[in-house]
Amino acid sequence: MDTNLVLVLLLAPFLGFLFNVFLGKKAGKNVVGIVGTLSVAVSFVITLYLFANASQEPVVINLFDWISIQRFDISFGFLIDQLSILWLLFVTGIGSLIHLYSISYMHDDEKMHSFFAYLNLFIFFMIALVIGSNLLMMFIGWEGVGLCSYLLIGFWYKNQNFNDAAKKAFIMNRIGDLGFLIGIFIVGSLFNTLDFTSLRTTIESAKDVSDLWIAIAALALFIGATGKSAQLPLYTWLPDAMAGPTPVSALIHAATMVTAGIFMLTRLNFLFDMAPSVQNIIAIVGACTALVAATIALVQNDIKKVLAYSTVSQLGLMFLALGLGAYEVAVFHVITHAFFKACLFLGSGSVIHGLHGEQDMRKMGGLKKAMPITFITMLIASLAIAGIFPLAGFWSKDEILMTAFNHSNNKALWVVGSIASIMTAFYMFRLIYLTFFNSFRGTEEQKHHLHESPSLITVPLIILAILSFVGGAISLPGHSWLNDYLAPLFTKVAHEEHTLGSTEYMLMAIATIGALIGIGIAYKKYLKDNTIPSEDAEITGLSKVLYNKYYVDEIYDSVFVKPINLLSDLFREHVEKSLSALVFGLGKVTNEIAIQGKKAHNGSVGFYLFAFVIGVIVILTYLFLQQFFI
Amino acid sequence: MIQIPDIANATPIQILFCVLSVITLATAFLTIYSKKPMHNAIYLVICFTSISGHYLLLNAQFLALVNLIVYIGAIMILMLFTIMLMNLNKENEVHKPRITRLGAIVVFCLMCLVLIAMFMNSKPIADGSYDVTGEDYQSIQVLGKLLLNEYMVPFEFASVLLLVAMIGAVLLSKKEKIEK
Amino acid sequence: MDNILNQIGIENYIFLSVILFCIGVFGVLYRRNAIVVFMSIEIMLNAINLLFAAFSTYHQDAQGQIFVFFSMAVAAAEVAIGLAILVSIFRNMGTIDVGNLKNLKG
Repeated sequence: MDTNLVLVLLLAPFLGFLFNVFLGKKAGKNVVGIVGTLSVAVSFVITLYLFANASQEPVVINLFDWISIQRFDISFGFLIDQLSILWLLFVTGIGSLIHLYSISYMHDDEKMHSFFAYLNLFIFFMIALVIGSNLLMMFIGWEGVGLCSYLLIGFWYKNQNFNDAAKKAFIMNRIGDLGFLIGIFIVGSLFNTLDFTSLRTTIESAKDVSDLWIAIAALALFIGATGKSAQLPLYTWLPDAMAGPTPVSALIHAATMVTAGIFMLTRLNFLFDMAPSVQNIIAIVGACTALVAATIALVQNDIKKVLAYSTVSQLGLMFLALGLGAYEVAVFHVITHAFFKACLFLGSGSVIHGLHGEQDMRKMGGLKKAMPITFITMLIASLAIAGIFPLAGFWSKDEILMTAFNHSNNKALWVVGSIASIMTAFYMFRLIYLTFFNSFRGTEEQKHHLHESPSLITVPLIILAILSFVGGAISLPGHSWLNDYLAPLFTKVAHEEHTLGSTEYMLMAIATIGALIGIGIAYKKYLKDNTIPSEDAEITGLSKVLYNKYYVDEIYDSVFVKPINLLSDLFREHVEKSLSALVFGLGKVTNEIAIQGKKAHNGSVGFYLFAFVIGVIVILTYLFLQQFFI
Repeated sequence: MIQIPDIANATPIQILFCVLSVITLATAFLTIYSKKPMHNAIYLVICFTSISGHYLLLNAQFLALVNLIVYIGAIMILMLFTIMLMNLNKENEVHKPRITRLGAIVVFCLMCLVLIAMFMNSKPIADGSYDVTGEDYQSIQVLGKLLLNEYMVPFEFASVLLLVAMIGAVLLSKKEKIEK
Repeated sequence: MDNILNQIGIENYIFLSVILFCIGVFGVLYRRNAIVVFMSIEIMLNAINLLFAAFSTYHQDAQGQIFVFFSMAVAAAEVAIGLAILVSIFRNMGTIDVGNLKNLKG
């Protein structure tokens, strides 16, 4: 494998970033869009080439030694194996489509060049994260994507709410990052290496390392993953992150960056396999997140908020699979989810674009005729996420549920997962019905301007819809291409492929029926009865709790933010004042000394001479007396 | 350590030394004390001459001559010229306040005390016998060899220093043109 | 050739030099006339020179006398420059009383 090729793959988006930052404003919007998209497309083409020519063995490319301390070496290198190629494929692939989409979507924005610059930078860091050969390289990418996420959420920085959302995302991520860093430190001190390949061999051969420390390291790394992948209890930033432009939500907050946690856990599967207790925690956290987020999504009225909570819920399902040790299943769901969630977000972006920024579903409706392509693609994606046979979501979600069912005799995880996916079907079709069916509920002016989006927006939609349709083909139960492809990555062959027995068929049937029930309830409520979600003030009871997201933000506010504010006030009122008194006092003393000392400089040469001679006498006396006291 | 001089059995050289020392100290004091600048200069000339006598006593003839030429012949003449140039031969100097004069005397005593204490306490390196090695270490020949071999570079630098001083003196004392 | 120090003793030279030096110091502190201050400095230099010569004899080493030469050269240069400065001060201020030179007052 060619080193240069990998470097081009990594640096192409970075060059795009540099171009857009420094020349973007002059170059004009069309050039900016083309350069931004092409730079990512180049990476995609190289990824395709790598994918076609990949060997079974992982390829490690060491550019140079970065840090070396005694026996502890960190190289600046890349690791190209099946996992990273797979991730690169959908990061750059979906990235290219979303860049294409953004050309049209952001065309009216005056800061389009910086938007593309940030997107390119994001792709650069995401590639760095994926192909880094050690934990530190991964951490660079990890922090970089967090930065880009911050920049893009707060892209419309003139709105203070958006800024707050950006800051929230950043701070929530920092909490997770701290966990990740601690995990890196523990792993480094335990095994004297951060390199993935050597880490794997070390861990497999090491017998004398205490299980407790491995568990702590795994837990710390998992906390890092909960921050980036929006799991309980750090998920609250993701729904707020929808403040960013819709392509950003699609690319970063649905398809790619939020899967970084899953990537990390999959990358370190050998470590997590050593810590079964942590795996249990991961599974439980994943299941809880899936359920909580799904319930919140049931009553949201903002089209993007629904999708955001849906994303959190789906990520929870992925973590459920990870916790059960079924890494390839989680990866499978990551891929299919990337397809249909990107499609859904881009579709919602198309709707918002058509309605000139309206995001409230209560003011939509009847868009089916005005936006046929958007409608059909979103419908396909919704069917896919709901898990209707034979779309992509059906296969991946079904595998997760099947794994949960087979895992142990305790079926609680399976039940929770199934309820979450029934809810998924419900809220997705609630979205579809409210948006596209019945009559239009917006203003007359909006109705007048309703139109289908231009082809730059619809083409990515169509491609993603097709992928959501057929994406399941990569891992059909029985003969899964994905499982074979990823097999070299995993040490345990714990997850043998499901033989398609009666239980499995039954589970599939239950899942499909559950999805159909969810769709049916939505159909009954929102299409047949034509219910419109009530205004904010009129929501009562359980719905109110759900609508307000279980008051999690408020709880966090009162538990963490307010005490810290109180403490800060205390420090500002008392500690800072005494500190400043101390500091200013020092200044005053110095000043006073200087004023008094100035009087010694009275300009009289005679006085200076006296001072000089007396000084000489004192020095001589000191030197003379010194010899008696040594 | 301090020997009380045996006046009765004093050798001629000792008497010479005492006389020269008295002259030196007395004229030095008068140099400071006298009010007229011209008298100061004259007293200083006598003081330096007696120091040249000390050099001769120490058998350092070349040094004695150089001292005469440089100090008396050059420096003192320069000072006399300056005094005459400024027309300073008047008793118009205001005395310093009494506290200053008192301070000066106290400092004088202190300085004497400290320096003498230090020198008396220093440990002699050579023993007191002063054996003559036969080598004439003070002749002009020896000095010249030393100066032009070992101290070649400082010697040249001294000449450069004098040149620079000459140029500087000319520049400093030149009357500045009043620029309009 | 007999050594002179056998008859006089190094201590006497030290006393002489120290007293001479202290007279110089006293003069610097006592007088306000810049030229007399200058003369006092010359007295101090000479006291040191005398001590150099005495120690040169004491150690029977010519290097002490070499030092005296250099110190004389420096003294000559110093006097030339110093007097030039005095002349220009006198020209500008009309006095060489050090008590009146107070432009350095901070």
